[in-house]
Amino acid sequence: MLVAGIKSRPVYGGLNVDIHARRHLFALEGEGALALLDQLKAVGMDVLKTADILYVASGSKAEDHDRTLAALGADSFWLAPTIPVLLNRFHVMLGQAHMGTCIYVAGTEGFIGQAQQAAMNHGVDPASVHSEHRGSAARRVQCVHCKGITDNVTTSPYTCSACGLSLLVRDHYSRRLGAFQGVCIDAEEPGTAPKPEELFP
Amino acid sequence: MNLNFKNESFRDDYTFKNSPESIRRFPFPFNEDKYMYSVNMEPHVPAGPAGHAYNNAIDVDEHFVAEMRDRALVLKEDPLRYLALPHMMAAQWDTLELLMENQAASYPEHFTLEKNGDQWHWINRPMGIDQIFTFGDASTLPMEPLEYITRQAQGDFVIVDQRDGQLWCDAGMVTTQADWSLDFDIGMNFHEWHGPVPLAHEIGVFDRALKFLLNLQQGKPVRRLNWTMTINPRLDTSPENYHKWGPDRATVTPENVGNKVHLRCELQTLWRLPRSNAILFVVRCYLIKMEELVTVPKWARRFHRVLRDLPPELVDYKGLTRYRPTTVEWLAKFDDGQPSTPGIYPE
Ligand code: HEM
Repeated sequence: MLVAGIKSRPVYGGLNVDIHARRHLFALEGEGALALLDQLKAVGMDVLKTADILYVASGSKAEDHDRTLAALGADSFWLAPTIPVLLNRFHVMLGQAHMGTCIYVAGTEGFIGQAQQAAMNHGVDPASVHSEHRGSAARRVQCVHCKGITDNVTTSPYTCSACGLSLLVRDHYSRRLGAFQGVCIDAEEPGTAPKPEELFP
Repeated sequence: MNLNFKNESFRDDYTFKNSPESIRRFPFPFNEDKYMYSVNMEPHVPAGPAGHAYNNAIDVDEHFVAEMRDRALVLKEDPLRYLALPHMMAAQWDTLELLMENQAASYPEHFTLEKNGDQWHWINRPMGIDQIFTFGDASTLPMEPLEYITRQAQGDFVIVDQRDGQLWCDAGMVTTQADWSLDFDIGMNFHEWHGPVPLAHEIGVFDRALKFLLNLQQGKPVRRLNWTMTINPRLDTSPENYHKWGPDRATVTPENVGNKVHLRCELQTLWRLPRSNAILFVVRCYLIKMEELVTVPKWARRFHRVLRDLPPELVDYKGLTRYRPTTVEWLAKFDDGQPSTPGIYPE
């Protein structure tokens, strides 16, 4: 579970498949596959006839969720090798999507954030994107100093992958960037950074 | 009013200081001996003794030229301090008009605005600027209207758009901020960008403030004071540069408190804009070092008590932890234990 009470963090309200939508576009990552499978138990398999599913396994390769999803018989299923490749395809499909298409995103928070960004860039109100957090609580974090983004941060402090500063992960989230904020932890007394603690496993 | 603009710096050799008149016009943010967050807004009408920062709707003072030079330096290093989302163009022009009109009306020796239909002529003498442009046509200015005018006006500026019963941080010029990032916060709503502030959400300050602002009327601006502290007279205390100014917080000693430690007051004014219906949020930053502050006995007494009794959450949030004890001890010498008189103005 993600910790509650962070005012700037979006609420991920669940995939909640809308059976009245004309089409369904799913962008799923890792354990996010299970969010769809759970939904199908509730709403039945009919929605799959008008569903496009994009999937990237990320850290869940061993689970074979890709095979389960492929076997569902959705109108289209596409397996991406990495998140950026999936997002490229998602971007193209958003551009071609018609009115009445419902958009669904599930996976780790960093993935949801980037997929919502893509939707926002196509003029989609992020509040209308159905989203569900699944998998690790790892965070995507932007270094406020060099603006470099580090994915899958599980500790605080962490070392910025771009500039090398030791950064405290603040509980402050930017939807536009799809990232939390990282701030130098030992700025006032350089060299005194505490050991990283596993806070977002 | 003829201002004597000073040649001074807010970085490196830190030559900024206040003249005696500048000390007395300082908007001291405490009207009692203790401090806690509240919905402290009042109509922004001229007030205070002659010369006070409250005298004019948009305040220009002796630090104008030096502050504009510092802003230009910040922007050169980090262009992301100025950002505006595309739907904010009408609000940009609203802001340009508001600032030009007010600066020209209050300081005619220094600024002139002539309008002939859409053809406007703006003169900013302290900065040697003379510009003819077409109001509403961005191609007739050297840069976007908001960037253009906020390079010629003191304070940080945020324009918030009003939609769906919320306010959205959708444009701004932010180079003199107390540790928050426009680039990070742009696009957020009122509750989101205030997320990191402790206690205030829980006591309902933000719910009430938002409700009040949604009903803000054109021609009836409001103001509030906010404050923090800064080591050395540095305007750019941005999170972006925290690793550069953060170390200063560890340099305070009993010997240098008076010179190094500054009270940083923000005079915040909020204006409903006519064409866009957005709200302009002006954050005008004033710095005063402890040595200057204690020349007003009432302020010395009161600030000593406020700082000594500040709630720990605020000490932490404002980043005062390292140097507060040394500063309180230094200020104690100026607190004679007498009751302090009401109001914020010097006695
Ligand atoms: C609509 C324009 C406003 C904008 C753009 C704005 C923006 C901000 C920002 C960016 C922060 C820093 C948050 C952080 O730590 O990241 C802040 C702090 C704060 N704001 Fe606002 N604000 C606005 C209006 C108000 C109003 C009307 C109130 C009235 C109660 C208010 C009360 C506060 C308080 C109490 C803090 C904490 C300040 C401190 O302790 O230093 N703000 N604001």
